[in-house]
Order: sequence, then C-alpha cells, then structure tokens
Amino acid sequence: MTSALEVGLYVFILATFLGIEVIRRVSPLLHTPLMSLTNAISAIAVVGSILVAGSEQSTLSTVLGTIAVAASSINIVGGYLITYRMLRMFKKSAKGSRS
Amino acid sequence: MTEHLIQLAYIGSAACFVLALKWLSAVPTARRGVLTGVAGMALAVGGTLLAPEIVSYTWIAVAFVIGTVIGVPMAMMPMTAVPQRTALSHAFGALAAALVGTAEYFHRAPGIDRVTMGALGLEVLLGFLTFTASLMAFGKLQEILPTRPIVFRGQNVFNLTVLVVAIGCAVTLVVRPGTTWAFFVLGGLALLFGVSLIVPIGGADMPTVISLLNSYAGLSAAAMGFVLDNKLLIIAGALDGSSGLILSIIMCRAMNRSFTNVLFGAFGQVQASAAAAEQRTVRSATPEEAAQIMQAGSLVIVVPGYGMAVAQAQHKVRELYDLLSKQGVEVKFAIHPVAGRMPGHMNVLLAEADIPYDRLVEMDEINGEFPQADVALVIGANDVTNPAARHDKASPIYGMPILDVDKARTVMVIKRSMNPGFAGIDNELYYGDRTLMVFGDAKAVVAAIAKELSGPSGLH
Repeated sequence: MTSALEVGLYVFILATFLGIEVIRRVSPLLHTPLMSLTNAISAIAVVGSILVAGSEQSTLSTVLGTIAVAASSINIVGGYLITYRMLRMFKKSAKGSRS
Repeated sequence: MTEHLIQLAYIGSAACFVLALKWLSAVPTARRGVLTGVAGMALAVGGTLLAPEIVSYTWIAVAFVIGTVIGVPMAMMPMTAVPQRTALSHAFGALAAALVGTAEYFHRAPGIDRVTMGALGLEVLLGFLTFTASLMAFGKLQEILPTRPIVFRGQNVFNLTVLVVAIGCAVTLVVRPGTTWAFFVLGGLALLFGVSLIVPIGGADMPTVISLLNSYAGLSAAAMGFVLDNKLLIIAGALDGSSGLILSIIMCRAMNRSFTNVLFGAFGQVQASAAAAEQRTVRSATPEEAAQIMQAGSLVIVVPGYGMAVAQAQHKVRELYDLLSKQGVEVKFAIHPVAGRMPGHMNVLLAEADIPYDRLVEMDEINGEFPQADVALVIGANDVTNPAARHDKASPIYGMPILDVDKARTVMVIKRSMNPGFAGIDNELYYGDRTLMVFGDAKAVVAAIAKELSGPSGLH
C-alpha cells in the first residue's frame, strides 16, 4: 500500500526533475518572462483558495479564503498579461539590413 | 462523476503547465507557451469551481473581480519596474498559500494527522516568510527602503535563532496539532524571519534573492498540495520551485558566490576601504569624440547595466543603435547574467526599446568577440566589467565571470563621476590606457553621441 504522502512525494520528485530539465533549456534571453510565467503558474494556489473561500466552514475561513483568491487572481491576471506583453516586445532584426 | 471530471481537468492543466514552460524556451514559440499556461490555469480554476464542497460563489466572484482590477494595472508597468512588480507578485502568491494554510489549520486543528500537519507547517512557514521577504525586496527595489545592506552585530545568530524557534513550533504542532499558540508563534516568527533575511541584502544581490523567493513561493504551493492531497498543486509548485532554483544557481554562478554568501554575506560593507588610497589618472572624452571613434569602427559592443535602467537611457541607446547600423557599423549588446535587478532584466528593457533580440548576446558567446571590437561602450555597468575579477586575488569580486570589455580596441565608459559603484569596489578598467571616460548622465551622453552621429557626417 502506498499512502497519499508517498504518491505525493513521487509526483513532487518527478515534477521537480521534469521542471529542471525543461527550464534549463530556457534561453537566458527570456529569464524575465520565465520568472513572470512561473509566478503566474504558482498562482495555482488559487485552487486551494477557492475551496476555502467557497465552502462556508466559518467566517474566518471565508475571509482568509477570499483574500487568498484575490491575491492569487492578481497573479494570474497580472502574471500572464505582463508575460505576454514582454514577449510581444521581442522582435528579430528586419531581414536584409537597412543600410 | 464530477470528481472524475475535476481530476481530468487537473491532469489537463498539469500537462498545459509543462508544455507552457517547454515552449517558453525560445522566442518563436514563447507566446504559444503563455497561451498554453492560460489554458492550464483556466482548466484548473474551472475544475475547482465544479467541486461539490463549494456552497457559495459570492465571495469567490468578488475576489476575482478585485484581483482583476489590481492585476491588470500591475501588468501594464514599464519594463524598468519589472523587478519590483515581480517581487510584489511573489508576495501575493506566498500570502495566498499562507492564508489557505491558516484557514485549513483552524478548520481541522485538533484532529489533523501528523503528515498533513507537517506539510501545513511548511506551507505556512514558507508562505509567511516569503510574503514579508518579498515585500522587503519590493521596498528595496522601489527604493522606499534603503538599498544598501543594513547589518548589525549578531545578525546571523539572530536570524538563525528565529528560524530554529519557528521550526521548533512546527515540530510541536506535528506532535500536538492542538497547540494553537505554537501556530501563532510559527506564523509570527516566519513573518519576522522574512524581514530579517532581506534587511542585510543589497541591491546588486536582488537577482539571486528574487529567484530564491520565486522558488519558495512555488514550494509553499507544493506544500499546500500535500495538505489538500492535490497533485496539480504539487506539480505546479514543483515546476515553480525548480525554476526559481535554477535561476538562483545561474545568478550565484554569475557572481561566483554561494547561496549562504548571498544570504548572510552582506556584500559591499567590509571591502569598501581597500582601493580608495591611490590616485590614478583617467582619460576622458567628449560625446563628439566618442561619436567619431564609433563611426570609424566596424563593430561596437554595447555593455548595458543597471545604471542604464536608472537613467532611462534605453530608448536613446536604441537611437544610437539605429544610427550606427545605418552607417554600416555593426552593433551588438553584451548581456551579463546579473546585469540589472532580476534575471534577464536587460533583455526586456532593450526589447521594449525595440532593439532586435538577435542583437542581444550572452556573456559566454560575446566574450570571444571583444578583441575584434573597435569600441566597447559601457553604459551603467561596473562590477561585471572589472578586470580585477580575473587576476586580483584580493578583490572581493575575484573569480566572478566578467565581460572581457578591456580587450576591445577602445573602451568607452559612460559614468556620472568617478565614485565607485554599488559594491564600493574601484574598477581598474577606468584607468586602462585604452579607456576613455565619457562623464555625464547616461541618457544625456547617449543622446549627445546620437545627435553627433546624425549630424553632418552621418547625413544621407
């Protein structure tokens, strides 16, 4: 029998190695967009926040949950938007130099 | 049924996140990567909203609206403000994780099992410390707080004690989950530790610190995944954690320093006295002379640093780039990994100023080209060009990989005065016999050079 913890640890370890392999290949040119994108992805905390905010366990948890949903949606909206904005700025030089 | 649907959405979401990061690796696919990330987040949020535990959507909707209203303007900031913005959003992400952890604790407290409590303790510890640490980093980057390191006697002992006591509280909670006071002490100490961790860190170390905080924010989300037994949170958190880790390692290597040295070393305090004594002569040049030398060359390598961002000179640099290119001079930009205040900072600044990204060359690639360069133009960079890093064992930056600016035929340094840079280290590059100092504000000087280039001789 594997417990939830052990399964969780397998997932964590594999995802970390996958993350390292994928992110190592990101060009240093894009390190700033990489950080803003991973920042938006780590707003996945929104999942837990929604469950806490919406399940009406107590006033305390609704208040904390609501703040948490607001904080993570700032990162979702802001993070993806600014990453997209940054990437739109990256342009190649025009073909055939303009001399 | 719904449960399966939610899990399916989560699996799809996890796949999207991995693909998003994979496609971010190169410019041509990067935008697709962002859109895939959006899809992943939409799946995650959509799936969660289906969960049967949710009885009321009112506050969720209110919070989403608030988040959007704050999030959109935060995405519209100019690229010079990106480091601050990133620090602030790390703070928000960590706050969310910490608050969810707190709510979970008070909801489940006495009956919580040890494994979950351990994960919860970690989530709250990382969440709260990243929250205040990121706010401090934000304050320093925004220059609300002093950017110089603040040190006091026994600082490291103090920090270590705070951390050890906090971990002690977490252990107490694992043994007896009902000890509410320990939870409060844990949260309070984590908040305090975040502040005291950043207080001694100076502006030039911010790229490493921001990367490290990025990693912590991800790890607290992963810890939340263990608390809620949610694999998607674990995966996304681990991806974020490993990204932050890799960036911090790259930053540390680029400064030839270790993590502990960055966090506990308080750079630039002790060494300041060393080089001040002797007076050496420098040669200076006017912008007009600088323009003539550049015009006569065939390859100019521009070396931008944080000073260029401070002076907002990037748009003038772009004019310079255009004029030189028009006159047949090849212009490249040499990007040191720690130039600026966050990883990749110079690249987004120059891209915003419409400089094509294929002109931006990393340190390892460009270093071989300096000997062929007619001019190396240093704008607002200092320590990353100091040849002392190669040979002077006494220098605090000895061993740090640098841009081989001094190998260019002529080195031009735009600088306001001869005051040493952030780390208080004198740069011997300025006294080299091939070096010309062009004194003045970076923006004004570059504008003057550009004006000269567009003048009579550059006319066509």
